[in-house]
Amino acid sequence: MNRLSCTNLTKRYGRLTALNGITLELQPGKIIGLLGPNGSGKTTFIKLFNGLLQPTAGELLIDGMPIGPDTKAEVAYLPDNDFLPEYMTIKGFLDYYEDFFKDFDRKRAEKLLEPLGLPLSQKIKTCSKGTKEKIRLIVTLSRRAKVYFLDEPIAGVDPAAREYILKTLVENYAEDAVVILSTHLISDVEPILDDVLFIKNGNIVLHEETDSIRERTGKSVDELFREEFRC
Amino acid sequence: MPWTFENGIPIYRQLTRRIMVLIASGSYKPGDKLPSVRDLAIEAGVNPNTMQRAYSELEQSGVIYTERTSGRYVTDDLKKLTALRIDLSTEEISRLYSELEKLGLSDDEIRKAVIDYKRN
Repeated sequence: MNRLSCTNLTKRYGRLTALNGITLELQPGKIIGLLGPNGSGKTTFIKLFNGLLQPTAGELLIDGMPIGPDTKAEVAYLPDNDFLPEYMTIKGFLDYYEDFFKDFDRKRAEKLLEPLGLPLSQKIKTCSKGTKEKIRLIVTLSRRAKVYFLDEPIAGVDPAAREYILKTLVENYAEDAVVILSTHLISDVEPILDDVLFIKNGNIVLHEETDSIRERTGKSVDELFREEFRC
Repeated sequence: MPWTFENGIPIYRQLTRRIMVLIASGSYKPGDKLPSVRDLAIEAGVNPNTMQRAYSELEQSGVIYTERTSGRYVTDDLKKLTALRIDLSTEEISRLYSELEKLGLSDDEIRKAVIDYKRN
C-alpha cells in the first residue's frame, strides 16, 4: 500500500498557482528528496500533507486516510522555520514534546542529545544556531512516525553539522517509514536518497531513483538539477 | 568521514567496487564477518537500500555469502579471491594503458616505463 499519495493536487494563492495538479504515490521504506529551487512549491506541498494548508483541488491521503488528526498522529514534521520556544530549557522542551506526541520516544531523544554535550538544564535561547537545528531534528526523529517531512534540515549549518544531521537521519528512520527531505543542497544529501522528485513551477517534472538517474544520464543528481533549473 | 563518490556512476556500483578492494587488499580477510547493511551504510554515509544492493551484487558474484541467521561473510574460496584480485588489477591496468596510449607511447615504451618506474 502507498504510504502517501495525492491525485491532481492543486493549490492556488489568489492568482498564483503554487501546485499545479500533482499526482504521486510514495511507498514506505524510502528516503525521498524533494528538490526544487526557491518558490517551486516544496513547502506548499509539505504543508498540505500536514494539514496546515487546504488544497484548492485534488485529493491527498496518508496510509489511505484523508488529512486530519489521524494522519497528524503519524506524521513528524520539521518545518523550515525555528519552532523552538526560546524561554524553555532543553529538558522543558522534551517534556512539552512528550505531552504533545504519543509516539515521542524520550529515551531516544536523550540518547541522541548526549553526544552534543549539552546540559539538559540549558536554556534554548543560549544555544547556537547549529545546536538549535540539531535539537529540532532530534525531537522530530525521536517520534516513531510513519512519515517524516524534513523541510530544509541542513540549510544554514556548517558542513560538520550537516554530516551529523544526515548520519542521525540514516541511523534513526524506521524501515517502514517514508522520509521526505526538501533541500537545494543536493550534493550533500544525494548518497542517502532512494528517489528524487524534481519540482518546477508547481509540477513534478521528474520522479526517479537516484542510481537510475546516474545510470541513465551519466550525471549526478546535482549536475542534472543544475541543468534543469539553470537561470 | 563518509565515503566520497564520483559523479555519474551509480552509487551502488561504487560501493560494490570499494568493498571488493577492501576484500582484495585483505582489509576484510577470507571468512571475516562483514558489518551489517545499516552499520556500513552509516559509515559510508549512504542509504541502507543502496548498501543492500551493493551487498546483493557482491553475493551474486560469489565474493561474499550469507549465513541465514548470523550475517554476511567474505568467501574463503581462495580461487575466487585470486580471480577478484586479477579482475581489479586488469581494470586498473586497462585504465593506465589507455591513458598512456593517449600520450602516444608504444607498447614497448609502456613496458619500459613501468619497469623503470618500479626501479626508481
